[in-house]
Amino acid sequence: MENVGYLFAAYTIIWLVVFGYVLSLSSRQNKMKRELESLKEALKEQPPK
Amino acid sequence: MSVRNILLGCATILMVASLYLVFIYVPTEATMGVVQRIFYFHVPLAWVAFLAFFVVFAFSILYLWKRAEKWDVLASASAEVGTVFTTLFLATGSIWAKPVWGVWWTWDPRLTSALILWIIYIAYHLVRSYAGGSRGPRFAAVVGIVGFIDVPIVALAITLWRTQHPGPAIFQGGLAPSMMLTLMVCLITFTVLYALLMLIRIAMKNDESEIRRLKLTGN
Repeated sequence: MENVGYLFAAYTIIWLVVFGYVLSLSSRQNKMKRELESLKEALKEQPPK
Repeated sequence: MSVRNILLGCATILMVASLYLVFIYVPTEATMGVVQRIFYFHVPLAWVAFLAFFVVFAFSILYLWKRAEKWDVLASASAEVGTVFTTLFLATGSIWAKPVWGVWWTWDPRLTSALILWIIYIAYHLVRSYAGGSRGPRFAAVVGIVGFIDVPIVALAITLWRTQHPGPAIFQGGLAPSMMLTLMVCLITFTVLYALLMLIRIAMKNDESEIRRLKLTGN
């Protein structure tokens, strides 16, 4: 089982990058959803021009 | 059930199946040993990156032609996913090269053209963010169209020049049926993962546009 370390390293990097990317997408999306909601709320509370 | 949840379910099931095939089902290759198993994820990563950049190319043309924001949304979402996958195929290729070639990197035509591809799409994102306003998407679209020229160069580098990189074994019948099956399942898995990431990224881009619109118009 020579070179198992390289195999482990390759698959670890793939998983870390894919999970990291998905997590960053999900946190950015949640932040944006919150911003969108608060913006809509703020606009609703504004008196009509 | 939303398309996104269906794709998430499919990607999860396919990923488990791929890992089973790569680590348990497929036999160890005789010459390279266990390190050859990197190939089953390395090739699909490259395939998805090429597909993603083709999507960038096609939608960038449509954007420059029609000037509709939706085409730019699709192109930029695909460019981001493609860049992530290119980073991964370069990294996994380098890890594979060390035990097989004895070096992490060599200025071989295939590797060099792949690195240029990565730099082109990093430039795509930089141009997009630094040009600002309506110029950002326009300039990025031009980079997306011109940059795509490098994709066939990367793909054909192994046949056009003398290179250390393994030849196109997939198309020459050089793979055992079990290896071919494993590779095909991995290809489908990463294509589904690409579709899922695209859906998430497009939804985000649409939210971004909505926020911009609300801030600008106030209704």
